[in-house]
Amino acid sequence: MKTPEEIFEILKSKFGEEGVTFTGDQAGDPYVTVLPEIFRKVAVYLFKNEDMNFDSLMLLSGVDDANGEKTKDANENEIITGGTLSVYYNLFSLTHRHKLTVRVSVPRETPEVESITDIWRTADWHEREAYDMFGIIFKNHPDLRRILMPYDWDAGYPLRKDYQNPEFYHGMKVPY
Amino acid sequence: MAIKTEEMVLNMGPQHPSTHGVLRLELKLSGELITGVTPHIGYLHRCFEKHCEAMTYPQVIPYTDRMDYLASMYNNFGYVTAVEKLMGIEVPERVEYIRIIMGELQRIASHMVAIGTNGLDIGAFTPFLYLFRDREKILSLFEMTCGARLLYNYMWIGGVSHDLHPDFLRLTKEFIDYFRPNITELNNLLSYNKIFVERTANVGVLPADVAINYGMTGPNLRASGINYDLRKDEPYSIYDRFDFNVPVGEGKMGTLGDCWDRYYMRVLEMEESLKIVEQAIAQIPDGDVHSAIPKRIKPPVGSIYHRVENPRGELGYFIVSDGSMNPFRVKVRPPSFVSLELMDELCKGHLVSDVVAILGSIDIVLGEVDR
Repeated sequence: MKTPEEIFEILKSKFGEEGVTFTGDQAGDPYVTVLPEIFRKVAVYLFKNEDMNFDSLMLLSGVDDANGEKTKDANENEIITGGTLSVYYNLFSLTHRHKLTVRVSVPRETPEVESITDIWRTADWHEREAYDMFGIIFKNHPDLRRILMPYDWDAGYPLRKDYQNPEFYHGMKVPY
Repeated sequence: MAIKTEEMVLNMGPQHPSTHGVLRLELKLSGELITGVTPHIGYLHRCFEKHCEAMTYPQVIPYTDRMDYLASMYNNFGYVTAVEKLMGIEVPERVEYIRIIMGELQRIASHMVAIGTNGLDIGAFTPFLYLFRDREKILSLFEMTCGARLLYNYMWIGGVSHDLHPDFLRLTKEFIDYFRPNITELNNLLSYNKIFVERTANVGVLPADVAINYGMTGPNLRASGINYDLRKDEPYSIYDRFDFNVPVGEGKMGTLGDCWDRYYMRVLEMEESLKIVEQAIAQIPDGDVHSAIPKRIKPPVGSIYHRVENPRGELGYFIVSDGSMNPFRVKVRPPSFVSLELMDELCKGHLVSDVVAILGSIDIVLGEVDR
């Protein structure tokens, strides 16, 4: 069993100081931020390495950090430009009983993260949900379709902070 | 002349009695055999997570009721403990005991529906009615406590909404004495019934490594032979004070991890839950259930992932707080969502009629899948 800090130290020595950063001074769980370029390698390492052996992905969630520039459009609706969207991976090891939260932040305009569906099969639907709700593209995902929203929903991604409901969907009024 | 064959696509649902809600399964068939299953979900999608962002923390609790509407108490439990952990609130002993009693009663009630409908889908009508009769008694206990029968909004951050009714403990004891023999009756009626066993044993076998990789949890994972229960392995609340066993699948009627094992885990868990409730009733102290409820609920900046053992598996809440009165992000890990993902894996090579048995055995609630 290892603490998140110990795991971070190992990751740092393995993948370099620039690639991984540790956030532990906030309330709740500490997390490790990994650069999107090396995320895939880190994920494989966390899954395969015997000391890590994170065999279970508990949850994958998208988060809109809403840290870009906020402006108003003609109808006084907020629009966010720049900043990041993040994906949080909550990992757990059944063999060693340790946990780790990994965060990957990608630019809002080009949100692309490597898919990990082939490592943890459970990620399939979670990634589809993150795509559906935030528009995060998971590269090499076998079947990246919308999952909870209708397949032909073209009014954007509902959980983004600047999402606006469309007026009509197939002739039905949306705002109630 | 060779007979021309081609793959057939059959839609099961969205309105189908055995889909337990609004779910469409797209079955690909080669003759009678299934070659692939694609679940289409989202029919009950209300975007719970978007609503949360416009609510204050306590206002989210009624929404959690409406996710897994068969285990609302436990959904409350998971959410309030997550927020309490983020804020560092200690709740009074009495509240902890009340929560455990409610949670375990809810587990029994939820398993009753799971077992009953699993049997019903396969053709056993009587056990379903018996179980619903008994479930009614649990719902009456809940009604007596908080006035609601299904959607309780009972557990609050730092406490519970009402103290127990003076008669509650006596009636719960009576229920335990009444219900114990009924489990034996259920076993004789359904669990060991030849027809039921034939329909469920060796069907939908789930090997342990596949189950873990797919993130399966709860009774479905334990049926595959893995002893993993959050109440034992990562005790939250006061679960470490109780003496209970974690039932694990043995492949008693067929292969380890088949539908019968998954079904039987729930029967055994009902007995264990009765044990926990019994011990909690004996130990419950007096106290004020409102004393730890904070006036202002404003968690510090940070994020937390907290999970509890819901009747259907691991229910997790991922909460991101930006230090304001409203959660910045609430994400739920619904156990049924993850289980449903496995349908394709479980159904391949089986007959159409087995889909019903498999879907019943993994016990999904669509309110939770779609949120």
